[in-house]
Amino acid sequence: MTLKKAILGLAATAVLASGAATASFAADEHYIPNLSYRTGPFAGGGIPFANGFNDYFTMLNERDGGIGGIKVRVEECETGYNSQKGVECYEATKGNNPLVYTPLSTGITLALIPKTTEDKIPLLTMGYGLSAGGVGETFPYTFTYPTSYWNQMSSILQYIDSTAEGGIKGKKVGFLYLDAGYGREPIPVLEALSKQMGFEWVGFPVAGKDMQNQGSQWLNVRKERPDYMVMWGWGAMNATAVKEAIKIRFPLDKFIGNWWAGANADLDPVGAAGKGYKAANFSGVGTSFPVIADIQKHVVDAGKSQADADKVGDVLYNRGMYNAVIIAEAIRKAQEIHNTKTLTGEQMRDGLEQIDISEARLKELGLEGFTGPLKGSCKDHEGGGGVFIQQWDGDQFVKISDKIAPMLDVTRPLLEEAAAKYVSDKPDWKGQTCN
Amino acid sequence: MDLFNQFFVDPFVLMADIPDLLLQTVWEGFVSGVLYALIALGFVLIYKASGVFNFAQGIMVVFAALALVSLHEVGVPAWLAVILTLGIMALLAIGVERIVLRKLVNQHDAILLMATIGLTLFLEGLGETIFGGEPKSMITEELGLPTGVSDWEVFGGLVSFQHIDIAAVVIAVIMVAGLALFFNYSRIGRALRAVADDHQAALSVGISLNQIWAIVWFAAGVVALVTGIMWGARSDVSFALEVIALKALAVLILGGFTSIPGAIVGGLIIGIGEKVFEVYWGAIFGGGVEAWFAYVLALIFLLFRPQGLFGEKIIERV
Repeated sequence: MTLKKAILGLAATAVLASGAATASFAADEHYIPNLSYRTGPFAGGGIPFANGFNDYFTMLNERDGGIGGIKVRVEECETGYNSQKGVECYEATKGNNPLVYTPLSTGITLALIPKTTEDKIPLLTMGYGLSAGGVGETFPYTFTYPTSYWNQMSSILQYIDSTAEGGIKGKKVGFLYLDAGYGREPIPVLEALSKQMGFEWVGFPVAGKDMQNQGSQWLNVRKERPDYMVMWGWGAMNATAVKEAIKIRFPLDKFIGNWWAGANADLDPVGAAGKGYKAANFSGVGTSFPVIADIQKHVVDAGKSQADADKVGDVLYNRGMYNAVIIAEAIRKAQEIHNTKTLTGEQMRDGLEQIDISEARLKELGLEGFTGPLKGSCKDHEGGGGVFIQQWDGDQFVKISDKIAPMLDVTRPLLEEAAAKYVSDKPDWKGQTCN
Repeated sequence: MDLFNQFFVDPFVLMADIPDLLLQTVWEGFVSGVLYALIALGFVLIYKASGVFNFAQGIMVVFAALALVSLHEVGVPAWLAVILTLGIMALLAIGVERIVLRKLVNQHDAILLMATIGLTLFLEGLGETIFGGEPKSMITEELGLPTGVSDWEVFGGLVSFQHIDIAAVVIAVIMVAGLALFFNYSRIGRALRAVADDHQAALSVGISLNQIWAIVWFAAGVVALVTGIMWGARSDVSFALEVIALKALAVLILGGFTSIPGAIVGGLIIGIGEKVFEVYWGAIFGGGVEAWFAYVLALIFLLFRPQGLFGEKIIERV
C-alpha cells in the first residue's frame, strides 16, 4: 500500500468519524451516502465495490461538472457489513437530503426498508437485499435493479438445465450458502423450482465465523454426492469454498457461484487451480469500455481514486461503477420529470421508477456490451434482468454464456406472495397503486 | 422411532457403508484439531505467565500472517520476511509489556482482559490501515511448504491427505515439543513457572516480571505466526481468520487454561468431534452444527468439570 493510499484511507476514516454527523445540507449538490465497508471480514468485496462506485461520480464531477450542472457529493460511512452500524450510518446521514441509499448488505437492507419507506428516501439494493422489494406496488421506495436473488437463482438453474446431460431433471443440486439473511434468501425459489423442474436439492450452510473453516461442509458434499453445486457466498467464504472443492475433486465446471461469488478477489488466491469455476454476473468485466477509459483519465491517473490502477476493471469494481451509473441515470430522469436541477428523495424515487437505460443509451454512456438494457415501472422495481455466466480461466473471468432470462412466470407470483406476506402484519404500511 | 433411527442407527450404518468417508472425516477433524490447539497454545502461554485471557490472540494470528505476506509482496524474500515478521512480533511483545501491562500490574483480571480487547481493536485498525482489508494469498510454495496430495485407497474408497495438512501436523508437534522443552528445562522456562505460581514470590527472588511477560508475549506471537501460515495456506489470509480464534475458548475450557497438553487434547476433541458430529448427525439439526458444537461441549464441561481436563482445581478460602 502506498503512502498516498494510506493517507487517503486515513482521510476517509476521518470523514467517517466526523463528517457524517456534521455535514451540512447544501442545496446545490446531489448528496449520496455510500454505506460501504472497507474493514472486517467482508472488506475484500466491499473495497473494490466502493472504489468503483465513488470513481464514477468523481469522473462525472471532473468531466461533466456533475449531473445537470450539479456536483455529486459521495460520503462514505463505514458499516463493516454490520446491520447495527448500517442503521447508525443511515440515522447520521438522513438529515442531509440524501437522494438514495445503497447499503451493499442484505442485513442492512432488511433493517432500512421500513425506515426509508417512512422517510421517503429510495433504497437501491442492486441485485441483493429482499427479493420481494422489487414489487413496486408494495415497496414504492425499494428497488432491486437490475434483478433479484430469486430471479438469479432461476437463471442459474436454467443454465444447469441447458448444459447438463439430460437436463436438470433427476439431478441433485447442492446449495452452499452463508448462513445469514443473504444466503438464505433464495431458498423459497429453490424449493419451488425443485418441484417444478424435477431435481433434488440439499443445503450446506456455512456460519459466518466458519467462512474459512469449511471442512465439514465439503465432507458432507462428498457424502451427498451432488451433481452440481450452487454457492451464495461472500467475502473470504468464496476462495475457501473453491479450495475445498478442489480438495475433494469436485468438478469445478459444475460449481456455480452467484454474482457475489465471482469476483477477481475470490479467485486470485486460488489462481490456476481454480480454472473452470463458474459464476453468474450482470455487469461487464475488464477495462475495454469507453467509460472506464474516462475514469482512468479523469480519476485514476489524476490520483483521485483509492483503487490501485490494476484493480480498475475487476468484477466488483465494475459492479460498483454500474451501481453508480444507475443512480446517475435516475438523477437525470428525475431532473427531467420534475424540471429541476436539485432533487429530494421523493423526486429521486420517481427517477428510479421511470428509469430507462436502452442499448442506445448504454452506448452513449460508454457502456456498450457492458450489460443489458434496464427499464423500470411502477409495478416493476426489479427490471427483470437476466444474468450471464462467466468462467475463471486461471487468471481472469471470461464470459461464456449469453444473457439467461429469469423465469418470471414462476418467480413473479412468488415475489408478489412474499411481498403480501411482508406487509400482512403491518397495517399502516403505505404501498402504491399502479395502473 | 424415526428420530431414534436418525440418532442411533443411521449414522453408524453410514460409517459402515462408507468407511473411507469416516477415515477422511477423522483425518480432517484431526488436522482442524491440531490447528485449534495451536491457537489455544497462544492463549495458554500468556494465561500461565500473567493470568490474562489474551483476547487479542486471534488478531495477532491475522496481523502476523498479513505482515509476512505483505513483506513478501514488496519484494522481501520469503524466509527473510519470516525473520522480519518475527522481529515485528517481538516489537509488539515489548510494546504490549511497556505500554499496556506494566501500567496494569496488580490490577483486577477483568481490567487486564479489557486491555487485551482494546489491543484487539488497535491491531485491527492498524492492520487494516497498513495492509488493507482485501484477502491475500499465503506464500505457501515460497516458504517451501508442500502443496500436493497423496491418496490412500482403502475399503474400496479413497482417503486424501493434503501435504500442507501433514506439514501442519508435523510443525505443530515440533512446536509444542519445543515449547514444552523450553518452558520445562530452560532458565527462562523455570522463571516463567515461578511467575505463574506466585508473582510476588518470583519478584522476591529476583525474577524480572517485565522481562518474562515480554518473552511470553513474543512466544505467543511466534505461535500466532505459525498458526497464521497454516490457516492461511488452507484458505487465505484475511480478517475473517480472527473469528476462528474464538473456538480456542472452547478448547481452553475443555483442556484447562493453564495446560499445554490440555490445549492439545482439547483441540483434538473439538476438531474431531465437530467434524464427525456435523457429517453424521448434522442433518438432524438442519446442518451447520459445527457453528455451535464446540461451545455446547464446553458448556457441558463447565457444568461437570469447570477446571477442564488438565487444569488446576481452583480452591479459594472464603
